[in-house]
Amino acid sequence: MDMGSILLNSSLQWVLFSTTILGIAAGTIGCLAYWKKQSLLSDSLAHAALPGVVIAYLMLGEKNLIIMIIGAGISALLGAYFIHFIQSSTRIKEDTAMGMILSVFFGFGIMLLTIVNRTAGGNQSGLDSFIFGQAAAMVQSDVVTMFCLTSVVILIVFIGFKEWKLYLFDPNFAKGLGLSLKWMNGIYMTIFVTTIVVGIQAVGVILIAALIIIPSVSARYWTHSFKTMILLSAIMGGISGALGTFISALGSSWPTGPFIVLFAAALFIISLLFGKEHGLLIQYIQRKRHKRLVGFHANNIRLKTKEVE
Amino acid sequence: MTYTGWIIMTASLVGLSCGIIGVFLILRKMAMMADAISHTVLLGIVTAYLVTKELSGIHMLVGAIIAGLLTAFMVQWLHTLGVQEHASLGIVFTTLFAIGVILIATSVGNAHLDVKHALMGEITFIPWERMALPVIGEVPKATALLALIVMFVTFCIVAFYKEWKITTFDPALAASLGIPVVFMHYLFMCLVSVTTVASFDAVGAIMVVAMLITPAASAYLWTDRLSIMLLLSGSFGVIAAIAGYYIAAFMDTSISGSMAFATGLVFLFSFLFSPKHGLFASRGKLLKGNLKF
Amino acid sequence: MSDIVLKVGNLAAAYRKNTVLENVSFEINSGSLTGIVGPNGAGKSTLMKTMLNLHPSLQGTVSFFHSSLEKMKKRIGYVPQRGSVDWDFPTDALDVVTMGLYGQVGWFKRASSAHKRKAYEALEKMGMADYANRQISQLSGGQQQRVFLARALVQEADLYFMDEPLAGVDAATERAIMKTLQELKSIGKTVLVVHHDLQTVTDYYDHVLFLNRTVIAHGKTKEVFTRNNIAKTYGGDIRWLGEENGYGLYPVK
Repeated sequence: MDMGSILLNSSLQWVLFSTTILGIAAGTIGCLAYWKKQSLLSDSLAHAALPGVVIAYLMLGEKNLIIMIIGAGISALLGAYFIHFIQSSTRIKEDTAMGMILSVFFGFGIMLLTIVNRTAGGNQSGLDSFIFGQAAAMVQSDVVTMFCLTSVVILIVFIGFKEWKLYLFDPNFAKGLGLSLKWMNGIYMTIFVTTIVVGIQAVGVILIAALIIIPSVSARYWTHSFKTMILLSAIMGGISGALGTFISALGSSWPTGPFIVLFAAALFIISLLFGKEHGLLIQYIQRKRHKRLVGFHANNIRLKTKEVE
Repeated sequence: MTYTGWIIMTASLVGLSCGIIGVFLILRKMAMMADAISHTVLLGIVTAYLVTKELSGIHMLVGAIIAGLLTAFMVQWLHTLGVQEHASLGIVFTTLFAIGVILIATSVGNAHLDVKHALMGEITFIPWERMALPVIGEVPKATALLALIVMFVTFCIVAFYKEWKITTFDPALAASLGIPVVFMHYLFMCLVSVTTVASFDAVGAIMVVAMLITPAASAYLWTDRLSIMLLLSGSFGVIAAIAGYYIAAFMDTSISGSMAFATGLVFLFSFLFSPKHGLFASRGKLLKGNLKF
Repeated sequence: MSDIVLKVGNLAAAYRKNTVLENVSFEINSGSLTGIVGPNGAGKSTLMKTMLNLHPSLQGTVSFFHSSLEKMKKRIGYVPQRGSVDWDFPTDALDVVTMGLYGQVGWFKRASSAHKRKAYEALEKMGMADYANRQISQLSGGQQQRVFLARALVQEADLYFMDEPLAGVDAATERAIMKTLQELKSIGKTVLVVHHDLQTVTDYYDHVLFLNRTVIAHGKTKEVFTRNNIAKTYGGDIRWLGEENGYGLYPVK
């Protein structure tokens, strides 16, 4: 297979388009999650979405992406609520609550999924794709749904940009300015969960967290401005989505999700090494210069004390 | 022993070892580290397979320990570079897991290693692969390995009980007393990896997290004594494992999923009814407090 | 005759990329009770941790009893900040005090009843005997600090490092703790305390060490606790009240 013919393949074009926009949305929302210190919550909620997907399928009897996304969303929000509730009403700490909800909800989802697969005869329901993601199998209507939802997410972040900044940086001050924290929290949770459940279809419950976490951390190595950070994170998310999809199409039955994550990780390593802000190389140079300055300074002091003597 | 007997035996061993390890996991606030390690262990197993071309217990264990230590080390390293702890965890485990999946898809093929199998576990296969042991007779391989690991984990926890306690509660004091805190940390990561990989066949990577965290969190609501918490957590693990098996048999569904679900039921029960920290107990206390005012 | 028990030479340490300590040098004589004071972020806690090798040092030397930390570990007691541990940990007050003896108990052995008795006596000394079997999260801040001090007492060290033992405790606990520290001093022990309340320095400590990234002044409280040194340490962050007393000062932060 040569690259040209792969790119001309129309079904691949659709998939490429959808993973790119998913990467952009995940990169954008990831910045909000990073500053809310909720990066790993995305992992928990992605797993917690599984029972909702299966129940939606059971109720409908067929695979309908929109209904499944709604089911996943409800299930994930319920998981988020439980995590909050357990943590605030007992002495159990946040990460324990997250781990419990993640694994118990997922276990429950697998129970239901096994029943569905048994009754529907094998894997015909195609629900397995929600665990590992199946970008390659997406059809045009799926892509349209994904496009609409992710566009809404991106739009909400960009329209309320300064409100988000205030809300993340200093929620109490934001409250003083008349911003309703309840509403901001609600909207944030909604777009956060929407991005997660949309992403599950493409990259699966296990790896969607990577798309949310990695680009935002990479972006931090290039800028101190929140705006630039969001833009960079979105761009890196989009590039990872596109390149990962393209490379996975080169091999037969190569998984899309893991390749996307691999590219996100590669961009992270580049940022970590060469990033303008606190990148390792810059730090190394600065430390060397600092040491020289300190040495110079120390020499000066020694000279001065000698003069005094 | 019967087929069902072996399955229940295996499940109980998983519940026991995970329950014991889980106590220190949650007290050290490393629950999500368990989630991370349970995923990256996959890379360890794949690499071990690619290097040795066979899938035997000991190779898997070594691969898993290396992967687990690597995960803990990399997370720590990124954190010291200024990345938020949870974010560095997320970066490391998803990346290593993705590499594992890609290796399986590109160079291993589906013949011997199956991602789905590793993630979901398949306890029903366990009784088929047996080995002969002196005195005891025919024993499923996975069960024998698990029994060995339960003994090893229990030994490590009991022998260094007070060291685990002090390094968990107050690492600064422990270090000033000359206890090797860093070594204990990585030894603990080894124990987690070993427990995880041994439980893999039975419950898989994601459900092992349920077995590790949930019984311990439930026990945490019942007692204020560490020793009792360990006993309770181990028992809860065994109860959930057995209950999970019967739920699965009754509903004809995934055993590992049902076990994870059963740990959730144990937690729900503790959460509602524990006399010390349960929801009803604290509501009652609140009411009493209100009456006083 | 007093002997030098702690000698710090040219110590430097950093957090992330920021240098917190530079060129820190001082000596502590045995039988002294020293208060380490300085503004927030001056590196007081970091200094303690760096001396005890709980935080990496960039350069410099620290010697204990004319020897190394490793050899003298048994003679050194450290009381971390109360906030540094999780008080929800499933254990009781007596058990926490017993932890102070773990260094003496040794590997593979359990704490004996003699150890438990010793721990109980220390609790008694701090007025906490009634709370020995209380879960530690049910203790008040002052009581938790007393437990920490009792734990330091059982170590029977010769040199104590205490990180803000008076932070957030009630007046009765503050008196009890200071009385204990005075007693330690009177039997020849050496105590270093990170302290944050300038008003009480002259009452509590016979020596004071002003720290702000480096040692600003160090010596007998009578001699070095001067307006000049305080101003040098705190810069502009100080409000001068009750000038006639000479030391009615409040750090702004």
